[in-house]
Amino acid sequence: MTVDKKTALELYSKMLLIRFCEESIAARYHSEKKMRCPTHLSTGQEAVPAAAGQALRSDDFVVSTHRSHGHYLGKGGDLNRMIAEIHGKKSGCSRGWGGSMHLIDRSVGFVGSTAIVAGTIPVGVGLGLSIKLKKTDQVSCVFLGDAATEEGVFYESVNFAVVKQLPVLFICENNLYSVYSHLKVRQPEGRSIASMVQGMGCSAVSGNGNDVAESYEKISTAVASIRNGNGPVFLEFATYRWREHCGPDFDNHIGYRSEEEFKEWKKKDPVEAFENKLLLDNVIDKSMIDELKSMTQALVDNAFELADRDEFPDFYDNSVFKEVIR
Amino acid sequence: MSHSMTFSQAINDALSTAMHIDKNVICYGLGTPDPKGIFGTSLGLQEKFGPERVFDMPCSENGMTGIAIGASLNGIRPVMTHQRLDFFLLAMDQLINNAANWKYMFGGNGGSVPITIRLIIGRGWGQGPTHSQSLHSWFAHVPGLKVVSPTTAKDAKGLLLSSIFDDDPVLFLEHRWLHNHTEEVPEGDFRLPLGKASLLREGSDLSVVSMSYMTVEAIHAIDYLHKECNVNCDLIDLRSINPIDWKTIVDSVRKTGRLLVLDTGWETLSVAGEIIARCATECFDSFKCPPVRMALQDCPTPTSCALTKNYYKEAADVGQAIAKMLNIEISLEPLKQLRGINHDVPGDWFKGPF
Ligand SMILES: Cc1ncc(C[n+]2csc(CCOP(=O)(O)OP(=O)(O)O)c2C)c(N)n1
Ligand SMILES: [Mg+2]
Repeated sequence: MTVDKKTALELYSKMLLIRFCEESIAARYHSEKKMRCPTHLSTGQEAVPAAAGQALRSDDFVVSTHRSHGHYLGKGGDLNRMIAEIHGKKSGCSRGWGGSMHLIDRSVGFVGSTAIVAGTIPVGVGLGLSIKLKKTDQVSCVFLGDAATEEGVFYESVNFAVVKQLPVLFICENNLYSVYSHLKVRQPEGRSIASMVQGMGCSAVSGNGNDVAESYEKISTAVASIRNGNGPVFLEFATYRWREHCGPDFDNHIGYRSEEEFKEWKKKDPVEAFENKLLLDNVIDKSMIDELKSMTQALVDNAFELADRDEFPDFYDNSVFKEVIR
Repeated sequence: MSHSMTFSQAINDALSTAMHIDKNVICYGLGTPDPKGIFGTSLGLQEKFGPERVFDMPCSENGMTGIAIGASLNGIRPVMTHQRLDFFLLAMDQLINNAANWKYMFGGNGGSVPITIRLIIGRGWGQGPTHSQSLHSWFAHVPGLKVVSPTTAKDAKGLLLSSIFDDDPVLFLEHRWLHNHTEEVPEGDFRLPLGKASLLREGSDLSVVSMSYMTVEAIHAIDYLHKECNVNCDLIDLRSINPIDWKTIVDSVRKTGRLLVLDTGWETLSVAGEIIARCATECFDSFKCPPVRMALQDCPTPTSCALTKNYYKEAADVGQAIAKMLNIEISLEPLKQLRGINHDVPGDWFKGPF
């Protein structure tokens, strides 16, 4: 065991929370028809968000993407307010105005996730600039997918972060796909994203994004280096989303990827792998696992119940919008 | 010969026809050859025309727009598609600084930029602030761009073919809620002229000028008012937002003296506002009552379905506006019932979430 026991348990709990939350959304999405917004699930990709949330302090900043439930929960974002947001309810973290793709919880440093690919990358770098100007030791963490590295604004942002040696941690979860498009139709085969970024003068490391302990170590090392004033770091983690790009179903049958590929990755289930490791290392026993699982599921179920009982926001009224914007 | 087909099949048919006619037509965009084929509109094209002419692209909207421009300067006619208009906002630099200005800034010696950009406008199922923006007025504002926005399947085919073979850059806007509209569509190389509106209903009481999906709501309202109280309206479906068919609009207003303009975008600085301004300058004396524009209130699209309910304008709103302009009393309950409880989906065919 490379991480200490307390950390290991927290990593495991965070992963469980993300997994149970996503799978509960999946189970209810079509049958209840109450989560009426595009929803991108992180099932299969729990390790990196859990590890980042654990390695960062709550005053560190995070910005994220359309697939942000994990990042939000990992950072300690309020579960009930996220589930309410997906239900379009009043107590949602964005008042029901934003939905699944627009999450926020500034009380834990989660500055926002948005739905335009690469849209928050420069925002995260700007947060890094503000940290430097204010001379604090915070870190700004930017989550991005593999496809976001194809946008011009990615290069512009990394370049600036390197020029100014900003305290920015870029975490790229490379899950091989952008919607139904494999990496190989979008980027040259055999060229790693991390080494390309290294070529831009940014320190870059890659790792196994389904191994939460490894992810945690790599992120912690990067965060320490950034806090010490050594400039931005880019981390690329290999991982895989289990369910369809957007929505609750499995879609391996429609032809853009194979059932075999999915099964290979499912064998590398980050939650199960870590659970087995914890058992093997005697960090935890079966009954503790069962207890943790039922506690986590109860938390998630409660969030759905609260969301269901919550009111819808008032009928849209321009004056409310103006009051917020002003 | 014609065939009954959906709007999205008509788009597919137009793309296929264009690629048959001219080997210089190419199609690309995120997901173009994927199993869903951009809501069915690009299904089968790669199989038919090969991966050199039909291909997926990196998530690089601005660069890929400039690449379309470059290819078009050497005789290629690229058709680029974005699953949401909002994603294309990353490409405003190439679109406006380059594509729109190219002809002008080289004194006409730079050749033309015959690119077509298909943009899908989202609505419903919580598309929210960044997946439903209807920004046709931005594009229509810029000299050098053409903006086309069909409502029916037949128009979609005829106008897309004309857009592809037009020598100027064309923004081709498809409202997501129209993709399932079905009608008879002519076979083969069927083209409709750009810049010509279509008169879908005729009457002398009031002129309704509309665009894209709002025309569907307008038809329900106008037919209902006709049946219930023998009100007769002209319904002008713009089809082309730049250039606008001013003659058809002004002639109609001269005839009816009453103008209601429906817009899928925000109210302030809308195309609807421009149409009213133009009619005010050209036929002010014809107006029997103040003209009305009906557009979205000036705020981003909410996500929650509780909030979109009052955000979008529907047939009942159109009916109410017409009744008010004509000073008639009528119950609009049946129009209100049209959409049923799930106001945030266009029909049962729409299987969320996208
Ligand atoms: C600028 C822009 N282009 C396209 C889209 C449509 N889109 C939404 S998510 C997505 C896939 C992005 O892939 P990646 O960054 O690898 O993240 P993943 O979905 O794999 O987590 C795309 C293309 C968008 N939202 N924004
Ligand atoms: Mg990806």
